[in-house]
Amino acid sequence: MSADQEAIQDVFSSFFAAQTGPESVRNSMPLGFDPKAWERLSETGAPGMGVSLPAGGGASLSDLVIVAEEAGAQIAPLPIIDHVVASRILEKLNALESEILTGNLIAGLVLRPVENGIAKSVPTGSIANRLIALDEDKILLLKDEPPNKSLPNHGDLPIAHRGIKNATVIAEGVEATSVFKRGLHEWKTLISAFLVGITRSSIEMTVSYVKDRHQFGKPIGSFQSIQHGLADLPGLCDGARLLVNKAAWSGDREITGEINLTDNEISDFATLSSMSLIFAAETSLQATDRGLHYHGGYGFSEEYDIQLFYRKARAWSQIINSPSDECLHLADLLLEDKEG
Amino acid sequence: MDFELSEKAIDFRSQVKKFISKNLTTEIISKMHETGTFNDKSFNESLASEGLLAGAVPGYGDRDPVELYLLFNELEKAGAPYDGLAVTMLVAGVINAVGTEFHHEEVLNKLLSGKHNCCLGYSEPDYGSDVASITTKAEKIGNKWIINGQKMWTTMAHESDWVLLLTRTNSEVPKHKGMTMFLVPMNTPGIEIQPVATMASERTNATFYDNVEVEDQWRLSEVDDGWSVMGIALALERGVMGGTNPAVPLLKHVINWAETTSSKNKSLMINNALMRERIARTAIINQVGQLLTLRAAWIAATGGMPGVEGSMAKIYASEEYQKVVGWFQQMAGAEGLLSFGAEDAAASGWIDYDARHAPVTTIYGGTSEINRNNIAERHLGLPRSR
Repeated sequence: MSADQEAIQDVFSSFFAAQTGPESVRNSMPLGFDPKAWERLSETGAPGMGVSLPAGGGASLSDLVIVAEEAGAQIAPLPIIDHVVASRILEKLNALESEILTGNLIAGLVLRPVENGIAKSVPTGSIANRLIALDEDKILLLKDEPPNKSLPNHGDLPIAHRGIKNATVIAEGVEATSVFKRGLHEWKTLISAFLVGITRSSIEMTVSYVKDRHQFGKPIGSFQSIQHGLADLPGLCDGARLLVNKAAWSGDREITGEINLTDNEISDFATLSSMSLIFAAETSLQATDRGLHYHGGYGFSEEYDIQLFYRKARAWSQIINSPSDECLHLADLLLEDKEG
Repeated sequence: MDFELSEKAIDFRSQVKKFISKNLTTEIISKMHETGTFNDKSFNESLASEGLLAGAVPGYGDRDPVELYLLFNELEKAGAPYDGLAVTMLVAGVINAVGTEFHHEEVLNKLLSGKHNCCLGYSEPDYGSDVASITTKAEKIGNKWIINGQKMWTTMAHESDWVLLLTRTNSEVPKHKGMTMFLVPMNTPGIEIQPVATMASERTNATFYDNVEVEDQWRLSEVDDGWSVMGIALALERGVMGGTNPAVPLLKHVINWAETTSSKNKSLMINNALMRERIARTAIINQVGQLLTLRAAWIAATGGMPGVEGSMAKIYASEEYQKVVGWFQQMAGAEGLLSFGAEDAAASGWIDYDARHAPVTTIYGGTSEINRNNIAERHLGLPRSR
């Protein structure tokens, strides 16, 4: 990590700890969005940090990964990842509005193909003033007031279905499509970083719990069965972080990467972002699952934070694709010349 | 973080790749599986004469740990016989760290020629994971030591000129403080080697030491300081020296097989959705194994001791390897049981081979449980549980 990146980490780790975290998640139910924290975040300039330097941003994908992990560590109920990726897409398609950069307008992505003019289960659906969608080879932009009402859901995300019949076509063709698709790779990379943050915090809070909680006259963390269940997790967390960092590194490079399975050399961005999502998701499921279990009955109670991390991990893991479908997409990339 | 290797490292890797494509013949690979000895002295000697072996000694000369990782990773991916070499170079690294001038001249320099091997004498019939309880005894009489005892899993003993031998020299002190490490020449009278066959064709050995007499100059580090020498050896071993990408060659064999084999519905296996999902997951596992290993190498390259990080890489790679092998063996059905040389064997017998080999990988070089203890205590700060 460069000195600049360490500074980014310091700033955002303090910001998300102070302004978000489990209490903000609880207070923002059932909408799944904390408008006050978003206002504070907008004051830092973060909503505009992802666009190019001349446009007032300048953060690389590797920088954004650091922000996303810190957001995940506090399960921040803020649409920062969607918003930043959407702003990067809009800038490339010459459709950026200044109010997006200031955070006055919230922008989001329709992650899945649109069906009959309806964008289903959009993770920023209940709060986004702007939504970008891909329909065949057209990029659609919806400018509409959000419903401000979320569909009740597992992860308390601001999920809503949105009709996009009123959306306008802002670009079309191969190039525009590839801008949108690249945006999805960036989204996967950043959500993976968010999931790494969830994993990291779940390990920390569980380790601290098992050191405090006594049964049979001893801290339960002194029992080998619990130690071994926890000992697998830091390596998975670090492995996920390394993979996410590698994906961001490949995304920041100007050159096309390679996919070589025989040599285990992979530097292609689409491939690495998909790998990151699958792995960071699986890892976060495992870390929150064991974490909740080692909290015993308390872990299941609303009062304890681990259940929030448990549900957030599941929600972000499959909002774009089921893990199996994401694997099949990855297999298509890996076995490109092979039938599928 | 920069995932680009340095120019020097890229250059080194391409030398290794070139060497492998020129020198690693199918005969060498068949021979290793037929004999069960995953060591080929003439291959090792050629590596040395190309100047690639000095890079294989951890901490030696100006080679950095990333190159060490690259060498073993390339050998592993190519399916080369490197087990003997890894152990030998590990011992070379230990000598480089704590050896005397005599050890450098008599052993290290010879090891670098590729003509000689070393083996490890730690475990005993009654003490494996609890290695600090070993009972093989070394007694000092005059300027000589008399060694008596038995070691297990002395793989490559039959190929070796020296054994790195952990002995009990003091029973009056706590067990960790009463051990001494020796480099014992294998041709010393009183050493007997008995082969131990395994389910994966790999040969290992039991070795017996009956009044084996060695000069004091063969002692490595101080008397009763054997445990700290072990610590160095283990930190060098875990992670960096191969063993963290075993599913790379497996995946290559599996894809080749799936592309040419029909499943029950007559379509090629490569079109089977579960097959594709598992191929994708294996490719991820291979990347993560590589990254965790590289991280350990980076830490070593900047002067750190990647003990815990090595444990993480080792657990991850070996546990996932077993899982992956199980997937593909089951998907191959009856043909997944057929061995090398059998007609219709899935992936030409590699699936059967890997399924036989995989169980030992979570045992040797420190079991998963020992590595988990290490992580729980030294990384998570949980109390000692034994």
